Amino acid sequence: MTPFIDPWWLPVIFAGLMGLSILLYVILDGYDLGVGMLTRLEKDENRDLMVASIGPFWDANETWLVLGIGLLLVAFPVAHGLILTQLYLPVALMLVALILRGVSFEFRAKAPPEQKHRWDAAFFTGSLITALCQGYMLGAYVLGFDQSFTSVLFCLLAALGLVAGYLFVGACWLVYKVEGELQKRAVRWAEWTLWATALAMAIISVATPLLSERIFERWFRLPEIIALLPIPIASATLFVGLAIFLRRPLREKDALSWVPLATAGILFALGFVGIAYSFYPYLIADRLDIWQAAASPESLSIILIGALFVLPVILGYSVLAHWIFRGKATHLSYE
Amino acid sequence: MDALDPLILARIQFAANISFHILFPTITIALGWALLGFKLAYNRTGDVAWMDAYRLWVKVFALSFAMGVVSGITMSFQFGTNWPGYMEKVGNVAGPLLAYEVLTAFFLEAVFLGIMLFGFSRVPNWVHTLATCLVAGGTTLSAFWIIVLNSWMQTPTGYEIRDGVVHATDWWAIVFNPSMPYRLTHMLLASALTVAFLIAGMSAWRWLKDGGGEGVRRTLKAAVYAAALLIPVQIFVGDMHGLNTLEHQPQKVAAMEANWETQPHTPLILFAIPDEKARTNHLEVAVPSGASLILKHEAAGVVPGLNDYQGNHPPVTPLFWGFRIMVGIGALMLAVSWYAAWHIRRRGVDQLPRWLARILVAMTFAGWAATLAGWYVTEIGRQPWLVTGVLRTADAVGPVGSTMVASSLTLYLAVYVVLLAAYIAVLYRLARLGKAAPEAKPMFPLPGVAAGPAEPLEEGAKP
Repeated sequence: MTPFIDPWWLPVIFAGLMGLSILLYVILDGYDLGVGMLTRLEKDENRDLMVASIGPFWDANETWLVLGIGLLLVAFPVAHGLILTQLYLPVALMLVALILRGVSFEFRAKAPPEQKHRWDAAFFTGSLITALCQGYMLGAYVLGFDQSFTSVLFCLLAALGLVAGYLFVGACWLVYKVEGELQKRAVRWAEWTLWATALAMAIISVATPLLSERIFERWFRLPEIIALLPIPIASATLFVGLAIFLRRPLREKDALSWVPLATAGILFALGFVGIAYSFYPYLIADRLDIWQAAASPESLSIILIGALFVLPVILGYSVLAHWIFRGKATHLSYE
Repeated sequence: MDALDPLILARIQFAANISFHILFPTITIALGWALLGFKLAYNRTGDVAWMDAYRLWVKVFALSFAMGVVSGITMSFQFGTNWPGYMEKVGNVAGPLLAYEVLTAFFLEAVFLGIMLFGFSRVPNWVHTLATCLVAGGTTLSAFWIIVLNSWMQTPTGYEIRDGVVHATDWWAIVFNPSMPYRLTHMLLASALTVAFLIAGMSAWRWLKDGGGEGVRRTLKAAVYAAALLIPVQIFVGDMHGLNTLEHQPQKVAAMEANWETQPHTPLILFAIPDEKARTNHLEVAVPSGASLILKHEAAGVVPGLNDYQGNHPPVTPLFWGFRIMVGIGALMLAVSWYAAWHIRRRGVDQLPRWLARILVAMTFAGWAATLAGWYVTEIGRQPWLVTGVLRTADAVGPVGSTMVASSLTLYLAVYVVLLAAYIAVLYRLARLGKAAPEAKPMFPLPGVAAGPAEPLEEGAKP
């Protein structure tokens, strides 16, 4: 069939859809993974409550990863192969961890009670390893898959950075979703991880322009630099503002408990926009751009029809789910 | 062949992942329809025994669906990590087909599954029945897209190669490629038989323990009847699929039959040890002219042999044995299901001989074994090609080293063994608890369905 829009735009549209899926994944499954890691700090009832707070959402959140990678696979087949062979080991490890995390949810509730602690351990480990692997992959991707010693060190740092970021957004989620003593502890967790997240974002922001002349040019050239300045300034302001917000005692009647979560989401989005701006239109830094990597326009337009039909439904459903389950988490019971 | 050959390792790893994955869709595809059957029977008779059966098996469905989703995520990465050359070469055809599979699955998952799993007492009955129907239809549609892609890889049509890359020219020809209708029917029936034996086996297990109540008797009877009805159809369809393969991929059939020479009066080999080096069979036990009769429907029919395809045919031993395992299990299914159905028809479920019930228990997972054996035959049978005549498997493999593949393979296998054990243990736990089993957790939240602060939207609606 013939493409119904200018073929030049198709890869741009798919890059946008893919970027959106990955950003949504990082924010949404980010809080799941963060909460998953934080479950180690609590026991019994509180742990159950933390798991229950993400119970209705995590599965839908994980589908954004499949969608993001699926779009990379079908719309940019060449890049999918190149990127994933480079990231072979962290990908394999992450997949196993994701499987463990996902099935622990089911088995935790269905296995005999005396085995529950094992699935709790699998839940925590799965969340932690997933976060570490994704951070490592982010580092490797930013560096264009360089394998030198310093690069690997940077990747390990990025792994810890993303763990901090996920813990941060997870803690913010708990501030929004739970009450009482647990909520107060969640505020402390959010305070600590906020600075670690800020540091990690700063390091990646500095490293990216330094490793590519083209990216350096994009950021520090007039007049672009003036248009781009709001990104770092907004990020810094939000970090400092949120730190001050978290220091103050919790508001009456739980007012504004959504603020940390919303701020964390905006911060993630700002960081993502920064990386996306640095890389666009390249899928692999300075080597492969979206038009070189794209599938044929005929195939892309066929996929686009299906995507335009289904994406709004998934997006709408995600919004609806968060709306229906707004407010504080309660212990899940199904009758 | 070097034991650490990266190509072989990549193939084993992909095979391990997809074998683990296929177990769960094989169950959910037909279990969705079985649940619809239970639901319709309940609607017609108002008998709560059918609803008890529904409540138990919907939990098995939820667990299997979750296992299918998490193991399916692995698949979307494995194309890139293990076979980067695949999407580079045929991405223009494979991409849209995979995209539609993923989109179908998500659409279904996001919208209807929640209602099906948790909606019985919260939405009007007809909505719940409709949701069950759409979920069953959705899993089947998902299977359709994947089978289309697999069949296209076996018998590619509707494409042209420009600058070394496959471009789609005729989507109708791609979707309805020559082997697709046969493979799809064969797989759907395989799924149905897997579920029939799963339900029969687990119900028989429960019945042997303590009778299990009316719901268990109902499902045991329904499953045995379904198996007895479907197995002859499956044997017929399998035969047609074989004839279709003979037409389009004769070397695959030659390897399945371990037939080396193109000749009339080709014997049907019942047992042999194929020897690929010497290109002959040892210890052969055969029915004279049997293969000619089956494949050409006349004793003098000329059946193509492997020596016509030297260097371009699949390995013989795995195909020969894989095919015999599949057919053997099929024959066993025929005997057991017909005998059990005859008993139940004459004297009712409670007079079923205990030894026969035990055989049903032993065959609980027979469908899995036959399905896997069949897929091994068809997939190994496509070798050395990844896409017949278009792309060789060796040309699609990635640059990843053996050590890395081997270590990740070990990790995958360890996890899969644990998960499979846990899955089966939970299945038996659910069967033991019956309708008292704990409710599944919501895969996806639903307006007013799961617990939590949400107000039921369907307040006052009668089930």
